[in-house]
Amino acid sequence: MLVLAVAAQIVGTIVTAPSLSWNVVLNYLFHQRILEGALRTLELTAGAMLMGIVGGVILAVMRLSPNPVVSTVSWFYIWFFRGTPVLVQIFFWFNLNTVLPHIGIGIPLTHLGLSADTNTLITPVMAVLFGLGFNEAAYMAEIVRAGIISIEHGQTEAAQALGMRRLQVMRRIILPQAMRVIIPPTGNETISMLKTTSLAVIAGGAVVELFTTGEQIASANFAIIELLFVVSAWYLVMTSVLTFGQYYIERYFARGSQRELPATPLQRFRRALFTFHAPPPTAPDVATTLPRDRR
Amino acid sequence: MTSDPMVKAEAVHKRFGRLEVLRGIDLEVAPKEVLCLIGPSGSGKSTFLRCINHLEKIDAGKLSVDGELVGYRERGDKLYELPDREVCRKRSEIGMVFQHFNLFPHMTALENVIEAPVHVKEESKSTAEERGRALLARVGLADKVDSYPRQLSGGQQQRVAIARALAMEPKLMLFDEPTSALDPELVGDVLDAMRVLAEDGMTMIVVTHEMGFAREVGDTLMFMDAGIIVEAGTPRDVLTSPQQERTKSFLAKVL
Repeated sequence: MLVLAVAAQIVGTIVTAPSLSWNVVLNYLFHQRILEGALRTLELTAGAMLMGIVGGVILAVMRLSPNPVVSTVSWFYIWFFRGTPVLVQIFFWFNLNTVLPHIGIGIPLTHLGLSADTNTLITPVMAVLFGLGFNEAAYMAEIVRAGIISIEHGQTEAAQALGMRRLQVMRRIILPQAMRVIIPPTGNETISMLKTTSLAVIAGGAVVELFTTGEQIASANFAIIELLFVVSAWYLVMTSVLTFGQYYIERYFARGSQRELPATPLQRFRRALFTFHAPPPTAPDVATTLPRDRR
Repeated sequence: MTSDPMVKAEAVHKRFGRLEVLRGIDLEVAPKEVLCLIGPSGSGKSTFLRCINHLEKIDAGKLSVDGELVGYRERGDKLYELPDREVCRKRSEIGMVFQHFNLFPHMTALENVIEAPVHVKEESKSTAEERGRALLARVGLADKVDSYPRQLSGGQQQRVAIARALAMEPKLMLFDEPTSALDPELVGDVLDAMRVLAEDGMTMIVVTHEMGFAREVGDTLMFMDAGIIVEAGTPRDVLTSPQQERTKSFLAKVL
């Protein structure tokens, strides 16, 4: 209670601060630029997570490969990209042109090959995507690996005994089951990524995602806190939607793991609504409530 | 039996670290023969079974199925390990049933059965499904095609596992203690399914503790202990008049 009271006091002080203009907050909440920024944030999140998940699955499978070269390459990647700050990595891609103005592929010792300006190859958006995506792949690799090793070895053996190849066993048998373990932390990573895209602000306005948009507007009208409120509101909305989506994805991959899936909140709500006037339940029939195999 | 053996083992050795699990196994299994392997746990019988489809690599000796070495190619005097693709092709001709069923829990019974025909043999889905339904019916599970493994009893799961192995039309079936994880009253259904299979002429190697099954269905019975075959013969001979002391003391405990 005391904690609640103190918290209420603090929040109250801030929201009633005399120079805080709620009008500005309301004006910008659905402003075109803010909405476009939110959309760009979603695009960056989707792009970086796609890179992260695809890269993570590849790295995890490589990491568990019986080939020592392949697994060492994966180990090294994870060690490097997990061991350096993501902000540094974004900076790296963003400034690569200063040391490497042209990127090309060519045949050694000849002048044959293709080359392009680094700045046209790595646009600011791609620099941010590379920084976030390559970093995320390292984290996702560990999440996917945890999922894979959580599946008992008998599954692999049964699949191998049927003549399935190593990658087939992974794709058809192990990964679909590992999804149950992989999804919750991946949801976590996605929510984290949604917020981390705000690091794109270091692109100096070249990547106008939500936070950068807020900063740009605030630098013109000086309503810094107001725009932080606007921006935060949208981050909250988006993370809430993601949390909701995660629930349904988890349910899909839980098929076969329980005899009957539990009802969704919506289903429970509907059931509660329509059985509201039903008579009180009679004593349950013992025979039908026992687990099937004990009957 | 004059035909070439389906399985031929010559001085097969296998070690796990410093522990020698198989210390020279020699045996032949003729086509359509049912060989039952019995012995105390840790005697190497399951390990030997797993060597036959290369789930375990052997350290010395030779092991061939239907005239082809398992997992290796012989060139001159040396053995070379085969690439994954070749090992998989060979495995697809050998069915295996596990103690703990190892059904794929994210697939229904029918999906379990058609998985390998569709993705290894590249049969069309409709052909595989048609045969899959027939196989499930044959093991008495026509009404369970759409059930997930967790909705089935242990005995039903094991029968799905048998149907799954049969779907690849194997030349040889390996059973690794197929009834050891089952409730006693469920054992009968699984043994019945295996009996029908034997009657249809399937070559089978069965690691088991079911002496009754071995006596009725087995053509040959081998008693293994400490990585060697101690005694072999017809089930009746081995079970009723064992020659070796070790066999006698084992049978005295289990019969």
